Amino acid sequence: MAITREQVLHVARLARLDLDDGEVERLTGELGAILDAVSKVAELDLENVPPTSHPLDLVNVWAEDEPHGSLPLEDVLRNAPESERGLFKVPPTA
Amino acid sequence: MTGIVDTLTLTAEDALGLVERREVSPTELHATYLEAIAARDDELHCYLRTVDEAEGTSIPIALKDVISTRGVETTAGSRILSGYVPVFDATVAERCKAAGLSLLGKTNTDEFAMGSSTENSGFGPTRNPWDPALVPGGSGGGTAAAVSAGLAPWGLGSDTGGSIKQPSALCGNVGLRPTYGTVSRFGIVAFASSLDQVGPVAKTVRDVALLYRIIAGRDPADSTTVELPAPVELPTDERLDGLRIGVPRQALALEAIAPGVRAAFEAVLERARELGADVGECELPLSFDYGLPCYYLIAPAEASSNLARYDGVRFGRRSAGTTYREMVERTRDEGFGDEPKRRIMLGTYALSAGYYDAYYGQAQRVRTLVVREHAAAFERFDVLATPTSPTVAFPIGDRAADPLAMYACDLLTIPSCLAGLPGLNVPCGFSDDLPVGLQLIGPQFGENTLFRAGHALERALALDLVPGRLRG
Repeated sequence: MAITREQVLHVARLARLDLDDGEVERLTGELGAILDAVSKVAELDLENVPPTSHPLDLVNVWAEDEPHGSLPLEDVLRNAPESERGLFKVPPTA
Repeated sequence: MTGIVDTLTLTAEDALGLVERREVSPTELHATYLEAIAARDDELHCYLRTVDEAEGTSIPIALKDVISTRGVETTAGSRILSGYVPVFDATVAERCKAAGLSLLGKTNTDEFAMGSSTENSGFGPTRNPWDPALVPGGSGGGTAAAVSAGLAPWGLGSDTGGSIKQPSALCGNVGLRPTYGTVSRFGIVAFASSLDQVGPVAKTVRDVALLYRIIAGRDPADSTTVELPAPVELPTDERLDGLRIGVPRQALALEAIAPGVRAAFEAVLERARELGADVGECELPLSFDYGLPCYYLIAPAEASSNLARYDGVRFGRRSAGTTYREMVERTRDEGFGDEPKRRIMLGTYALSAGYYDAYYGQAQRVRTLVVREHAAAFERFDVLATPTSPTVAFPIGDRAADPLAMYACDLLTIPSCLAGLPGLNVPCGFSDDLPVGLQLIGPQFGENTLFRAGHALERALALDLVPGRLRG
């Protein structure tokens, strides 16, 4: 099953990747080949099989509702590319 | 080596003994490993960075660079995390510190642990200590090569589909991927959360058991962890009487298994019989037919979600952009290497509207069948055995241009990972003068059985696992 160049561009937008033309071309071929291989899972009729999202059958793991300390603000901001007045700073959103 | 010990042969257990008896100080031992690293790591590139001073009261340890270490740069092998210095320790790093272990350095990995050769590292490949023209396996090639080259007594790796077991096989040492949920993932750079597990790599099965004892157990910071149902036992038994070993017929039927690997595997089964084990065939047809495609839907889907956090806002690199969206898209395009991009794209596609049920949903149902098949096999057997890797170490560059050829490296390790089961790599022989690994799979929480089986085989085989070219 092939994937089109338009689909690759759509997925790149969803994934927030600014791919260049060369990458789009290469990924169109590579993803097509990988999807061909993984589409094998569609061969099986699994209507009555429940999905597994997690290999341990844990349910309702609770934590005690106890307040505890958090990281100091300067630590939280230490790795930020840009910050100002105790906030993460980003370029204009619009 | 000018050091006080020969790091090529020193086991962690022996090193612990030397320190406990005060024959060697933690500082001296740390310095000895740094000397070995200075002598050999320009060629091998196991480490992304080392730590100069011993901070612990015991022996040193190498940690894969996906493990957050407070105050020590942690990149997960990705340029998007260049310069990132965690302000907290991963729980496993904290437990190592609490046990007195001192951090020797952070080891190389395929970017975000995505790969089977360590060639996908954003900082250059690691080389195999047996032959530097070959890959050490991956993603944990740095830790595995360091242990086999005498550049660390032991280390921690992380395993999503084979990243501990496969490099251990290709470098000739022991690696454990523990039962899912027994080791905390808190502070581990996430790849695929329903599969990721941290585990030990060392020269011997007993060393691996000792390190597993240090890191395992419930962590309130990771709600997927559980308390071990039984304490970790150090194996002593040299017999395998009564142990039922199942060999999946479908695994052995795979044409991808190289003749030399097959021969070494068959020889170790014979040795197991001599030690009293009962070896029989078992069936895992769907696991080996559909495991690989199932994994390459689930892991990229989870990765595409986990890697959404690298947006140039809170940590890591940022590219210039006039708007927020442009900044994020450029940061991600320039910061991620080819393999993470491939997997993010694949995973985003598999999760996107209209495709979710056919891909991710279907893969999760296949996963249920893989879990069931393994459970059925463990009704008749105590452990399952296959080769760990279909081949011995391959040349750097051989598979780098073909993603599907690289993905096939994990053909034998993936099914049990999907089922959340523990797996141990134990060296079992040589092919073309390169190590071959035996993969032993246990039922959930079956680590003690794996240690017992692995230890008895290790003693019986008594292989010389020092890479010949490194001998002084």
